[in-house]
Amino acid sequence: MSTHFVGDTTVLLGRSLRHITRSLDTVLTVAIMPIALMLLFVYVFGGAIDAGSERYVDYLLPGILLITIAMGISYAAFRLFTDLSSGIFERFQSMPIARSSVLWAHVLTSVVSNLISLAVVVAVALLMGFRSGAGVLAWLAVIGILALFTLALTWIAVIAGLTAKTVDGAGAFSYPIVFLPFVSSAFVPTEGMPGPVRAFAENQPVTSIVDTIRALLAGQPVSADIWTALAWCVGILVLAYALARGVYRRRAA
Amino acid sequence: MTATVAAPAIRVQGLVKSYGDLRVLRGVDFDVARGSVFALLGSNGAGKTTVVRILSTLLRSDAGTATVDGFDVAARPGEVRESISLTGQFAAVDEILTGRENLVLVARLRHLPDPGVVADDLLERFRLTDAAERRVATYSGGMRRRLDIAMSLIGDPPVIFLDEPTTGLDPQARLDVWAGIRALAERGTTVLLTTQYLDEAEQLADRIAILHGGRIIADGTLAELKRLLPPATVEYVEKQPSLEDVFLAIVGTDPDSEPADVITLEEQR
Repeated sequence: MSTHFVGDTTVLLGRSLRHITRSLDTVLTVAIMPIALMLLFVYVFGGAIDAGSERYVDYLLPGILLITIAMGISYAAFRLFTDLSSGIFERFQSMPIARSSVLWAHVLTSVVSNLISLAVVVAVALLMGFRSGAGVLAWLAVIGILALFTLALTWIAVIAGLTAKTVDGAGAFSYPIVFLPFVSSAFVPTEGMPGPVRAFAENQPVTSIVDTIRALLAGQPVSADIWTALAWCVGILVLAYALARGVYRRRAA
Repeated sequence: MTATVAAPAIRVQGLVKSYGDLRVLRGVDFDVARGSVFALLGSNGAGKTTVVRILSTLLRSDAGTATVDGFDVAARPGEVRESISLTGQFAAVDEILTGRENLVLVARLRHLPDPGVVADDLLERFRLTDAAERRVATYSGGMRRRLDIAMSLIGDPPVIFLDEPTTGLDPQARLDVWAGIRALAERGTTVLLTTQYLDEAEQLADRIAILHGGRIIADGTLAELKRLLPPATVEYVEKQPSLEDVFLAIVGTDPDSEPADVITLEEQR
């Protein structure tokens, strides 16, 4: 079985990447909301926010990138749900291919399409005056953390896609995830928040990831935040992956 | 793949499956001889699709055994998947890909050496060459089903499951599918066909089983099943053309030809 895993996953990845390139509008749609938020916060609210950095867009961008991912992963759930309801999923399942390659193809497609959406958002941020003094290694670290975050959240999307009863249900899981960055250090520093809110904001995954990416992009040394951020990403990934596999196996009961 | 001639291609014994309190299969038994067309007949909800899903390793039974091509579906699902091909009730094709890309995809997943050659050959056989580079979303229902069946033939699996292959098709497309199934039988493929259309079973099947109330209540050749009823009485009835005869006469049997001139009842008067 595992002898075909890489080959089968590559073939199925090619298939779903074609879905992406033939509907590039979904990649752009994913980027539109975060870009609108970025415009709103930089040009409307930005003047009233004292985030302590020279350019507010520099402060804001990491959080906007996480919102982009949170929006983008719902398409993975949507594509998986479409495959399930169309019957092509069962065709694949009845064929002599590595079982998990069907899921991995969807997950890797999500990572690729999210990285494209992220590139679009970063390009707009550059037009808005975002500048970074980060070196190649720091940028690679940023891309790595974003890819890991996407991977972890996509496995949550897989659970949603496998268990949803309707198309709307398949995408609904992402709303709370989209909301998380608002209650974090993404838009304003946590210091000004009232006690319980601040406690939540400082101890949820987004804040450590945002702070790490912000430090990397600013060319500053990263604190222990990076280990917290990685621990959150890996923890979510392992848990979501285990749950998704369980759901996937139980479908054939 | 040279099993003994006597061994059936499919053997189902005492198959039981419930969904919660709903007992869909209550002990299903049947054999399908190698190289034959076997029709599983039943009304909607009789459990035909459940049987097919168990045989194609998509679903586990609660009790009973099933073997396909000599392999137990529960114990050796990998080998079963090597031996079968499934065409579902709703044409399982990828709408965003072209017809040719769909065929190449399946050929690659079956690990065949020349996916492109396989695809072109099947496009030709199923009269889809002209539509090969078009996205499947633009195909008619009949074209989709032809593509669906073509995808099932890739790799020449010895056993093919066709779950309600003609549901929702127009008469012409239905005849096309029938021709495809007959061609399969001639090549020695074992076909398990589920249908709710009695004439379909009558036309295609070597052997027919009726699934009702979770059990097989009749199993035999058409002639054997007919003997279950009292002998026919002779009546003289004027032979009227059926609507299907009229439809096919007007439309023409070649789907690629131009449609006949519009016939209205006014012209006939």
